[in-house]
Amino acid sequence: MYVAVKGGEKAIDNAHALMRKTRRGDESITELTVEQIREQLPLAVDRVMNEGSVYDPELAALALKQASGDAVEAIFLLRAYRTTLPRIGYSEPLDTEAMQIERRISGTFKDLPGGQVLGSTYDYTHRLLDFTLLAEGEAPISALDPETSDEETLDACPRVLELLNKEGLIEQSREADEADHTPADLTREPVNYPAERAVRLQNLVRGDEGFLLSLSYASMRGYGDSHPFAGELRSGRVNVELVPEELGFAIEIGDLFLTECEMVNQFHGNKNQPPQFTRGYGLAFGRSERKAMSVALVERSLRAEELGEEVLYPNQDQEFVLSHSDCVSANGFVSHLKLPHYVDFQSELEMIRRLRREIAAATDEENNK
Amino acid sequence: MSVTSQQANAELTPEQASRKRWIGILAKAELKDLQQHWQALVLPAAPEYQFIRKPETGLTMLRGRIGGSGQPFNMGEMTVTRCALRLASGTLGLSYIAGRSKEHAITAALADALLQEERTAELLESALINPLDEIQQAAQAERMREASSTKVDFFTMVRGED
Repeated sequence: MYVAVKGGEKAIDNAHALMRKTRRGDESITELTVEQIREQLPLAVDRVMNEGSVYDPELAALALKQASGDAVEAIFLLRAYRTTLPRIGYSEPLDTEAMQIERRISGTFKDLPGGQVLGSTYDYTHRLLDFTLLAEGEAPISALDPETSDEETLDACPRVLELLNKEGLIEQSREADEADHTPADLTREPVNYPAERAVRLQNLVRGDEGFLLSLSYASMRGYGDSHPFAGELRSGRVNVELVPEELGFAIEIGDLFLTECEMVNQFHGNKNQPPQFTRGYGLAFGRSERKAMSVALVERSLRAEELGEEVLYPNQDQEFVLSHSDCVSANGFVSHLKLPHYVDFQSELEMIRRLRREIAAATDEENNK
Repeated sequence: MSVTSQQANAELTPEQASRKRWIGILAKAELKDLQQHWQALVLPAAPEYQFIRKPETGLTMLRGRIGGSGQPFNMGEMTVTRCALRLASGTLGLSYIAGRSKEHAITAALADALLQEERTAELLESALINPLDEIQQAAQAERMREASSTKVDFFTMVRGED
């Protein structure tokens, strides 16, 4: 337990001034603008928006600048800011099927209708440092080869799994006559275990990318019987609609860039269901492909209980995953060790000294026998 | 299959349908494009209005669907700015705009009101809404063109000689 201490105000002020100086770095080098961060470090911005759980690229870029590029600190800043704003309702469910596709790949079907669109990706790069970026001036942006430009427009594409499920080998994401339920919102009410699937997904979407990536990796290496395939991965813009109380019908309020991942997993079947492929779902702001894939893999692992699979590993344990996935909570708890624990530690020190005295006394007594 | 709520799906009157269209175009316009076209408008008179709701920024919880088409879930929030105002004639204009720009929200609400006024509807439609729509469609077409240059068709790999 930590204790309150007084004093140190001057030292704290100076430490913050020094932090601002460190953040600015060498003043002979041009200062980075928030706009530059938003435009030129978009993947860092995407991560802050996802885990900060607020879609606003400008705010996320500002948070990154203020936090000297520390993603977790920036996420904390964005989370703190969100608590100052009122809630303006809920959007209509985003229609990712109507996404303006800018990237769409499948690891399971090579001949998916609409084709595979690589979009802007680091896949297939050689991961060799590009020293032209280091040289004075920018590396030239090579124009797209017009020869390869397809005249065919990329229309809204139906989802691969829905389309290729004529045989019923893949589970459906909803029954034909199923009505919508209002999902619980973990920003309004604490998570109770076992948590419903909607709440688990909300938690994972704002979960720490590294934590989820590692759990996914574990699930694929044998900690849980997952056998995943990337059914479909798509990125692009989706319109946001809401129904204002004044109007009573849905209006578009803007759009946002999303990445969606559908994993297909083996399922051996049980008493009630024949063997079929099951699905794990991931959705993320921006071009956060690793995040969307990790969410989908962990989302599937956490369905173990509902699908009657044996829960043997931490990545299948809802409480383990969901209560440790949040980087703001995790960082807060680990960081609090830096606060004064002087009294606590003093008492433990006393206890250890006493125990050692007692043992020494007992040994002496033994030797004197 | 894509599913929207019943409320969103309700049949719209022709007036509601056109209002829905311009509200969407105003909301999705880049602020600089909106400002540029707004300032170039030659209105019969400077619009007089009062705020019903001053521009206010808040958060809208975005909902996704599990599996893309299943049950809704709360995905995360988005900054949204809204505004409502009344023209001297009594017409109400409103706006809900993604982001934090109060200027965007005021201009969009004012345009929404003027688009409902007989005197100004046609002018705003032709000098504001249509050009903004064209800009948005051109930007989308450009993104699609770039993306389609990265289209692979693993199926058409040449195997042997034909």
